[in-house]
Amino acid sequence: MKQERPKKFGMVIDLDKCTGCGACLVACMSENNVPFKPDESDKLTSITWMRVYQLNNGKPYPETDICYLPRPCQHCEGDHGHSPCVSVCPATATDYGMETGIVSQIYTRCFGCRYCMAACPYHARYFNWWDPVWPDGMEKYLNPNVSVRMRGVVEKCSFCYHRYQTAKDKAIYQFAEGERDSTDLEEDEYQTACTQACPAGAIIFGDLNNPSHRVHQIAQPDEKHGGRPKNPNAFRLLERLGTNPKVYYLSSRDWVRRAGDNYLEGEGKLKRH
Amino acid sequence: MKVGRRSFLSFIIGGAAGTALSPLPWKLTDDLSIWTQMWPWTPVPKDGAVSYTGSTCTLCPAGCGINVRMVDGRAVKIEGMEGHPINDGGICILGLSGLQLLYGPTRVKGPLKRVGNRGSGRWVSISWEEAIEEVAGKLTEIREQGRPEALAVFSGKRRGTVPALVSRFTTAFGSPNFVTAASTQDSYELALHRMQGVQAAAGLDLANTDFLLSFGSGILDGWGSPVRMFRTHSALKDGGGKLVQIEPRLSNTAAKADQWIAIQPGTEAALAFGLAHVIILEKRYRTQFVSQYGEGFEAFRQMVMTDYTPDKVAKITGIDPKTIVTLAREFSRSSTPLAVCGKGGGDVPGSMNEFFAVHALNALVGGINRPGGIWAVPESGDFGWPDPEMDETAARGMQQDRLDGAGAPPYVAMAALPNRFFEAVAGGKGYPLEALFVVESNPCFTEPDPETVKAAFSKIPFVVSFSSFMDETAQNADLILPNHVYLERYEDVPNPAGFNRPFVGLVQPVVDPQFNTRNVGDVMIALAQGVGDPVASAFAWDGYEACLEEAYPDQWDSLTSEGYWMAEDFDPAPWPEAFETASGKFEFVPEGLQRGYVPVEIAGEKGGFPLVLTPYDSMRISSGYVGNPPFMTKTIPAEVLKGKELLVELNPQTADQLGFSEGSRAVLATPVGTANVRVHLYDGIMPGLVAMARGLGHTAYDKYLADKGTNVNRLIGPTADPVSGLNAAWGIRAKLTRA
Repeated sequence: MKQERPKKFGMVIDLDKCTGCGACLVACMSENNVPFKPDESDKLTSITWMRVYQLNNGKPYPETDICYLPRPCQHCEGDHGHSPCVSVCPATATDYGMETGIVSQIYTRCFGCRYCMAACPYHARYFNWWDPVWPDGMEKYLNPNVSVRMRGVVEKCSFCYHRYQTAKDKAIYQFAEGERDSTDLEEDEYQTACTQACPAGAIIFGDLNNPSHRVHQIAQPDEKHGGRPKNPNAFRLLERLGTNPKVYYLSSRDWVRRAGDNYLEGEGKLKRH
Repeated sequence: MKVGRRSFLSFIIGGAAGTALSPLPWKLTDDLSIWTQMWPWTPVPKDGAVSYTGSTCTLCPAGCGINVRMVDGRAVKIEGMEGHPINDGGICILGLSGLQLLYGPTRVKGPLKRVGNRGSGRWVSISWEEAIEEVAGKLTEIREQGRPEALAVFSGKRRGTVPALVSRFTTAFGSPNFVTAASTQDSYELALHRMQGVQAAAGLDLANTDFLLSFGSGILDGWGSPVRMFRTHSALKDGGGKLVQIEPRLSNTAAKADQWIAIQPGTEAALAFGLAHVIILEKRYRTQFVSQYGEGFEAFRQMVMTDYTPDKVAKITGIDPKTIVTLAREFSRSSTPLAVCGKGGGDVPGSMNEFFAVHALNALVGGINRPGGIWAVPESGDFGWPDPEMDETAARGMQQDRLDGAGAPPYVAMAALPNRFFEAVAGGKGYPLEALFVVESNPCFTEPDPETVKAAFSKIPFVVSFSSFMDETAQNADLILPNHVYLERYEDVPNPAGFNRPFVGLVQPVVDPQFNTRNVGDVMIALAQGVGDPVASAFAWDGYEACLEEAYPDQWDSLTSEGYWMAEDFDPAPWPEAFETASGKFEFVPEGLQRGYVPVEIAGEKGGFPLVLTPYDSMRISSGYVGNPPFMTKTIPAEVLKGKELLVELNPQTADQLGFSEGSRAVLATPVGTANVRVHLYDGIMPGLVAMARGLGHTAYDKYLADKGTNVNRLIGPTADPVSGLNAAWGIRAKLTRA
């Protein structure tokens, strides 16, 4: 098998289209066997691999504006694979995959120290404080492709890595059978559950390294500047921390782009003479 | 051997040190950590062969196509069906949660008969044979007493073979009281009927709209066909189209819209007239349509020009006159503008005055049956069944007045008036009922003023619920004959909400029935046999599946292979053929519009109730027949539901005046009811308004949903629209006091 070019799977989320409906939240929970409790209003302990934040422009009525921002794990690359969470894990339960750009999470290795949760600037990691409980019969809908976690283990969005594995297996098999030319995946062969479900089409997923994939064409990541987007409407969360995340957001609204990072009063605005 | 204290201690310490230095304790710790982690209660889902089964979702009127991923015969994931004309692969949050409804603990597992008082929650399982025998027995009694009209049916759905079978049963039995739940779809149909003279469903040609003007419709909050509306909005964003949202609150739709125009609630019709004024004044209307097909245009023009100048409308609506003028110009200048109405998610039928005004606006800009506009779509409903033969008893029963007053003056055009039905029964008006069937609905929760519904129930000796879930209505029933959940049954979904082509979706079983439930269609056929002739002879089918296949002979192939049938070549009637009014033209001023803007008054005196409570709809809270599945409840923000308490939205200015801060506990009181709530400060809501989410406040279901929040229907009673008789209440006066 010929050496494959490394992939960098990433997302572009168009905040002009995101309606805050929550379909991505449930698609992810349904696909990845995420548990639920009777009371999920304490959002500090509520496990939602994909979380939708509500941003607002801070203006009073009627100039108020809100915007929803879906936040999966950002699969930070940092500098050559030094994601904040990967750098601190004492058990190597999480690792940056150089071939896919995906930060993996191995539940059986994790012993729940939660150092990674402290390190993650995006609060994208969640801890199983309790054992999951599926009421009478509901365990039937669990997806056998994703491990069910027990208490004491940290979990997070995996960019539906099991879907990558399934697609790869299929591609390798088809390649071996002579049904395809290479084991490289087409753009539509590997899509995350949230991307697939989004009724507004606001989430786009693909290989940021591949010029034919839409995420590359829209975000236009600048390799020479830590993956910063060249698209003026695109931004990444907390860009200046240097986490080099893989999720790019689009917004035509200036205040939304500014909400993506912490700016000082007047910072970044043109000086007036 | 002498064992002194010293040697004993040496032995113990030596032993301990030796053991510590040996591998034993470390091995034991390692083993223990493995043994104690063999949690048997963390499930390991079984792997197996993967397959996909298609079907249609029935959880809302949209009719989206779904593809269910199956592993080893278990349904593990619901996904949107790619290429489906309605949703093309997309799926909403409720559709995604369907498996929790299928496998959930609130499923009624088999026929249940009440033991003890109604509502006490004590049931005994009975067999289907016993259940059908008991119902058939009661029904036979009713017929023998010569009062077949004493059977009433409340159905959540109006279209499709199942409601048609239930309706047929009621007719053959001899009762006119087939009552269906109402929504904005009914108001749209009445507008089409009054202004175009047609009996049709309202279809929107959204693919070709370039300017969508929404009078408070929750385009992105669940109105109409949610996934289709989302795709429409995304297409507008991509294609340079425009969405303008007119409502008093910054909803998700308003936030995404290109322009949000805050309006005094309830004054939308006045704005529509104001826009019409500018459009007519500046001659921006389709002159060809108006001159050739516009009946009563002169009267409309006069009314609009005199009483609805931008300044006058500004006073009523609170919108700047310049904004009104600019909006009218932009709207009419677009090539394919479309105005829609029906507030929020569209559950409340609303004000016909408003629907007529907005429909007139669409007519003005030439949108009737034109690309990008609003189309009259033929309804399905005639399955070719022969009229049921009625005997004398049945014929006499059918001649009785309906208890809800539909079909009689002043509501001759109406098929059903659910709000009036419960009011009449609760108030003892008309003749008493002996039995009530409730199919695919939960009126004890979803109808405005559930107290009236409960009072109505208390006057009916025999209540049968066909619900799949132990919801509020099932709790108050005498017998539950549970329906299959949609993933377990066959059914048809014709005329999906707002779709602009004749269309039928097929619901087919994805899994075997999980419990001892039965398709309502099959139960009706069995009941008909149980009651005997003349009802039995009207139900000469082998079973519901056979009936369904027979009902769609030309479409069955397409239904089974694609999952849907669509009239691909459908074009709406062109103007010369589109109108079946007495004049043969579009009626600009139907009855109900002759006095211009007639607001729907909300209950309550300003003095005692200084605020106005309006409900709002959210994609994350199901407010219809189906209660929120746990996945959806999990997504509700802490600013809406905290623990079991509901937070209501209040403008910070209003909150400040009343002495409330973020999270303050308060008592929300309206003329209809009171509730304990907490306050959430939200800049996006008009001062003086209190907004409350619809759909919470269930008392039934399970610990994931029960007793969370408040049912807004408890606080807002129905207000009958003067034209349609359906509920038009958009809010109610309220007050907030410290708890």
